[in-house]
Amino acid sequence: MIWNRTSECMTRRDMIALQGTRLSELVERVYFNVPYYREKMQQAGLGPESINNIDDLQKLPFTTKDDLRDNYPFGLFALPTSEIIRLHASSGTTGKPTVVGYTRKDLATWSEVVARTLTCAGVERNDFIQIAYGYGLFTGGLGLHYGGEKIGAVVIPVSGGNTGRQIQIMQDFNTSVLACTPSYALYLAEYIEEMKIDRRSVKLRTGVFGAEPWTENIRREIESKLDIKAIDIYGLSEIIGPGVASECMFQKGLHVNEDHFIPEIIDPVTLEPLSEAEEGELVFTTITKEGLPLIRYRTRDLTSLDYQPCECGRTLVRMKKCTGRSDDMMIIRGVNIFPSTIESILLDIGETRPHYLIIIDRVNNMDVLQVLVEVDQQFFLDRIGQLESLRQKIRSSLESTLGISVDVKLVEHKTIERSEGKSKRVIDKRRLD
Amino acid sequence: MLIKQLSIFLENKSGRLSEALSTLGDENINIKALTIADTAEFGIVRMIVSDPQRGFSKLREKGFSANLVDVISIATPSECGSFANALKILSDENISIEYIYAFSVADKAAIVLRTEDTGKALEAIQRNNLELLGGNEMSVL
Repeated sequence: MIWNRTSECMTRRDMIALQGTRLSELVERVYFNVPYYREKMQQAGLGPESINNIDDLQKLPFTTKDDLRDNYPFGLFALPTSEIIRLHASSGTTGKPTVVGYTRKDLATWSEVVARTLTCAGVERNDFIQIAYGYGLFTGGLGLHYGGEKIGAVVIPVSGGNTGRQIQIMQDFNTSVLACTPSYALYLAEYIEEMKIDRRSVKLRTGVFGAEPWTENIRREIESKLDIKAIDIYGLSEIIGPGVASECMFQKGLHVNEDHFIPEIIDPVTLEPLSEAEEGELVFTTITKEGLPLIRYRTRDLTSLDYQPCECGRTLVRMKKCTGRSDDMMIIRGVNIFPSTIESILLDIGETRPHYLIIIDRVNNMDVLQVLVEVDQQFFLDRIGQLESLRQKIRSSLESTLGISVDVKLVEHKTIERSEGKSKRVIDKRRLD
Repeated sequence: MLIKQLSIFLENKSGRLSEALSTLGDENINIKALTIADTAEFGIVRMIVSDPQRGFSKLREKGFSANLVDVISIATPSECGSFANALKILSDENISIEYIYAFSVADKAAIVLRTEDTGKALEAIQRNNLELLGGNEMSVL
């Protein structure tokens, strides 16, 4: 099944023409409505008339997460907030979150692209979709929710957590589709095994998993343990949320909804565009968004593009499963974390050295975050209680900012390797081959 | 009135204590008393040594998280009940002890302790005619 055959199966020539028209309309809108973009375009000697087709896209300046932060919260919105009917915020935690605003039309677009995503994954109106993504400012829960309703499936908005209850609901409501992060899917699978729950009592057949990187090995593990088809979906709140791209039943790359989001691949160092098959940083231009349209937004995700039509019949370009990032952002249990956030929290506490090491591991299929912190000699007196309370203080500051549990370990002065220039701050032991 | 105790923060890793003690041994610094307080992940070594200031500098040079801490030391005769008597005096005055250890040499014994309120503890000790040890006396012991 294809949700929107007109948009998902058009010829390359038609797609390029459509993208060109929408791009020039977008540029006109942001030029006149977003002072930030107007200034950037003027600096580059560009006016709205300079952008007429898709080839002109490369003339435009990039947008980064820092630009969103510098204009926090609503500075890059292209419409007054009277036109905005929903806000979401990214789970990014470097200082301020990035806020995204949706107009009524944006929400309709979002539902449309998630409807395509779900249909792409083989989900139909007779399915029961259990949404175990978090609901709230995070786009995962509500994004899947509206898409599920749009295709007419039965949406079960459980939100995240409470594994026992998730399984109870799956059994009682005959859930056929599970939407959550891949690591939570694995955790659920293990739980079913450990609790010796009869697998036949769970009627799952498909999973739509995203919000964090996962490997083919993990996919195989989920598929065999839960006896389902595990579909990779991709999205980020800045662009719209889930619904940016999705695998189809052939699982050979993720179809990008490029009539709404034009993808490009650039060299993250030189910022030069790369040819389609080369791996580089993924950049999106949101050509239909009204509330927060973004021009050449650098996702920092590394992938490549494939324009060959797919066996499923869709002509939408496919992006390879993301393999990594061009910055140091870590995704731990679906939460975006930068080492610099952890560093600034440690410096704020004052009694620790700015020497720390972040260790991420996957224990029983759950990501665990450990932070080793050097004790400052100046502050080390000799009471156990004092050290324990310091450890607690660091832990609670980290946990309240990051929103996930953190294991803090105090280590001796100079145990963490010093190096010239950029020192190694993160050891990721998760197997992401 | 107070003596200098040398304290070191150590992770629970094999060989760390031996390295710290070798550092003192190589400098001919004699250890008079040593105690370790430990948790699952780290420990604090507390020592009375012949030359705390130099021991402190050498340990810091070697990268140990060491510090000098002022502690109270009481001399008692090495006989049954004397430790208990000294403690009773402190508890009668409602002075709570953060940590304490003791050692004896021939007929003399020394109690080393740290309390929440050092001034109040010193005053109580003197008022009750307990003998306080200073840094030099400790080395003689």
